[in-house]
Formats: sequence, structure tokens, C-alpha cells
Amino acid sequence: MAKKVLMKGNEAIAEAAILAGCRHYFGYPITPQTEIAAYLSKRMPKIGGTFLQAESEIAAINMVYGVAATGKPVMTSSSSPGISLKGEGISYLAGADLPALIVNVQRGGPGLGGIQPSQSDYFQATKGGGHGDYHMIVLAPSSVQEMASLTVKAFELAGKYRMPVMMLADGTLGQMMEPVSLDIKEAEKFDTSWALTGTQMKRKHNIVNSLSLIPEELEQLNFERFKKYEIIKENETMYEEYLTEDAEICIVAFGIAARVAKNAVNSAREKGIKVGMIRPITLWPFPKKPLYDLSDKVHTFISVELSMGQMIEDVELAIRCKKPVMLCNRAGGCIPSPEDVLAAIEKANKNGGAL
Amino acid sequence: MSTDKILIAGFGGQGVLFLGKILANMALQLDKEVSWLPSYGPEMRGGTANCSVIISDSPIGSPIVTEPDCLIAMNLPSLLKYEDIVSKGGKIFIDSALITEKSKREDVNAYYIPATKIAIDLGYPKLSNMVLLGKIIKEFEDFNLDTVKAVLETTIPPKKQDLLKANLEAITAGYNY
Repeated sequence: MAKKVLMKGNEAIAEAAILAGCRHYFGYPITPQTEIAAYLSKRMPKIGGTFLQAESEIAAINMVYGVAATGKPVMTSSSSPGISLKGEGISYLAGADLPALIVNVQRGGPGLGGIQPSQSDYFQATKGGGHGDYHMIVLAPSSVQEMASLTVKAFELAGKYRMPVMMLADGTLGQMMEPVSLDIKEAEKFDTSWALTGTQMKRKHNIVNSLSLIPEELEQLNFERFKKYEIIKENETMYEEYLTEDAEICIVAFGIAARVAKNAVNSAREKGIKVGMIRPITLWPFPKKPLYDLSDKVHTFISVELSMGQMIEDVELAIRCKKPVMLCNRAGGCIPSPEDVLAAIEKANKNGGAL
Repeated sequence: MSTDKILIAGFGGQGVLFLGKILANMALQLDKEVSWLPSYGPEMRGGTANCSVIISDSPIGSPIVTEPDCLIAMNLPSLLKYEDIVSKGGKIFIDSALITEKSKREDVNAYYIPATKIAIDLGYPKLSNMVLLGKIIKEFEDFNLDTVKAVLETTIPPKKQDLLKANLEAITAGYNY
């Protein structure tokens, strides 16, 4: 096994992007993700890559669009308010079927909000955020190691399906250090015959565009894109199951919330409460099937979130409201403690499935 | 299976985060699981700073320390804010050059080290964090001076290797206090 090093989550994303083969980064500083830009500003020039601090988030995402159109792995990163600014560009990437990685190290909102960790951009990430009918694949790491490995995965998924992929992290994961193994291979490469690389007068022009003025043609593009989404739902849904086999209560949590919830699950198990956890690793596509399958076995679900309750709606849809779903949450930059989650588990255990 | 939850707190500029980073790297050298989480915010030098370090034999869940087994208090506000949440039987390290009050907890082990004074006397006024680290190393059976030396050699950048000697002197002074 390769020697592990201590790294911040933000730095792990940046280094993994380089190892994955990304040589183009465009960004604009914002807490709590600035280490990604800082790290790449040092590394990219040394390896012949491009680091560019744009004049704004909007400029940065459009530079991403430009490189993506040439078929090269490209990324940008920001935090919540900055991601809102990128919304238009992300929609254009989706509309032009272009691969790119967008990292959102979330902070509390709405508005300028605060700079402490949050998961309140869940709706924005999983339901669109920009305009139009589209999805991004949304990856939710819960450790520094996973931030590295999912970065590589993100480039592969983006390339394979020709679409934007979002890494949805939060301030805690971005700022914390953990040992990480950087034994990382370059991301798998995919067909880029569609890319704008110059015809050399030997082929017809490729066109990358998100404008389509004939309704029937635009409809067809939407149909095709959604066929692709069905394939992604089938093949790329990722989640971790923890102690669900005999569980009567199921926690659903992602990212930092899942770390906190795991402590609570362990404490509850010590008290003899049969509780398990499903941790979605892809938030879109959402792991509907394992949750639906569990809905016959458990009497209560608990959604643990750093928001006013956003993922809870997807949990309810996934289990088709067959069982009560409790919300255990903090917002605005606060994080639920393991004791908060344990209290929710004990309440669910006492109520036994009654609301 | 043991887990040590450490909370380091003081003013920005005292080397709170760096002290945590050295502890985390020492744990990594010993092949332990480790997490390091800084408080981050708009504060700069003179503001408050704290840092959670968890060292464990098993995978770490939440990286947030809510009930520290070990508190390192580098100023009075930090001691007052956090001494009540230290676990029973835990340790509190106090820079007694800056904090003249005693811990009111009777169910913990409190260590009083005039770290800032020792550092000034050595001629390294900024290294009170390393003096405290020396004392911490002495009180934790997993750690020793060889581990910290190995860590410092890799953590201090090549251009600043002259700082290695100063840091080691400060650590040794704390260790022997």
C-alpha cells in the first residue's frame, strides 16, 4: 500500500484532479474551498497545466465550457454563492452535452450566508440549479480519501456520459485533514471525436452548441438526454450500507452528516437499538432501490442533514411514503452532534413507527 | 482499541493549528487513524483559534470533538470555554504563564506549564506551542521525542530547516519541565 499523507480535503481534490489527468482549472476564490485554487495555482504551472483565476465565477464557468468543448478534462470549484453564479454556465454545459467537474464545498445560506459548513445546496445540485430539463451526476464524499477517489471517478463519469458532474462537499470536509493514499491512476479516457480540435481540412466541422430553435428538434435532444439519464440511474448509483441487515430504524445521511450519524448508530447499537444507515454516495442518481427495499423491514427512517430538510423529500419519494421519515437537522453552518442523532434514534425507537 | 480526542484552543498566532498538525502527523507515523479539523473563520491573528484532533486505532466517525479527553488551553477564554466538556479522567494542559487561574475540575489531570515564559527564556518567544507539545509527548505513552523529531524533519520545509533546532529545543524544554 502506498504511504499515506495528511491532507486537507480541498487539497486532496486538487491533487487527485492532477493525477486524474486534469490540466485545466478555472476558478475564483471563496471560503471554504480556496485551498483547491491555492494548491492548483502552485502545481499547474509546474506540470504544464493551466491555472487561471478568472475575474468572476461566471467567467470561470464559461472558460470551463470552452476547454470542455475541446474534449479535455477540466474543472472549476467554488462554494454556495459562487455556484449560484455558475448556474447559467452549468445549464449550458448540460445543454451542449459537455463533460466537466464542478466542485461545491458548501457553506451556509441563503444569500451570502456564512462560511461554516452546510448541505443546503442539495436541491440546487440534484434538481438542476440552472434552467431547463437536465441533471448533473452529484457525488457526495464523506472522507478525505473519498474526495480524492471520487474526483477521479467524476472525470470518468463526465467523459463517459458527456455531462457535467458535481462534487458536493462541505466546509468541514474541505478543511479537515486525514491520511490519504494518493495511489491514484489517471482517469479512463473516452471518445472525444465530437470535440472541437480543428478539422485539419480532413473532416466536417463538429458543432458544440446549446441553442436549438426548432421545438421538435430540441424536444428530441431532451428525450435522448433523458434516455442517457436512465442508463446512469441503472449503472452508476452508489451508496454505502451500514448495519442495515437487522435494522428496525434506518438513518439516511451523506457527507459529514453520515460521519456524525455513524457515531450515533454505534452508540445506539451499544444500547441494543437495531439501527443502520444508508449513505448515498451519488445524490443524483439517488439510491432509491435500497431504500425502497428497506421500507418493508424498518419502521422508521431518519434523514440527518445540515439543512432545513431537503434530502428528506427524496427519501420519502424513494420509499413512496410507506414509513415515517423523521428529520434530524441543523442549519446555517451548524452541525448536529452525535448526541442529537442518538436522541432522534431513541425517539424513533420509543415511537416504534408511529409519527 | 483506544481513541484520544484532543482539543487545542488559544489565540490565532499561537500556533494552535500547527501544534495539532504535528500531533496528527505523529499519529500517522504510528499507523493510527487520525483526523484534524480546524476552526476556520474570518479571524486572523489575535482572534480565537481551535483545532480538533482525533487519534484512534479504529476508523474515525465524526471528526468534531465535543467531549475531549485532552484539552490544551493556551489562553484563559479557552480554558473557561472548554474545561467543563473535558471527559472525566481526562487531561488539561494549561499555559500557566498566560493563565493564572487553576482549573476548577477535580476529576481530571491538570498540568500547569509556563510555556510562554519557557519559550521566551529560550529565546524563541513564538514557540510556546512546542513547549506544550513536549509536555504532551511526555504524558502520552504512544508518543516519544524520536517520533516528533522524525515528523518535524518532514513537516518543516527544506528552506526553513534552521527552525528544526529551535523547535526541538522548545519541545525538549517542555518535556523536561
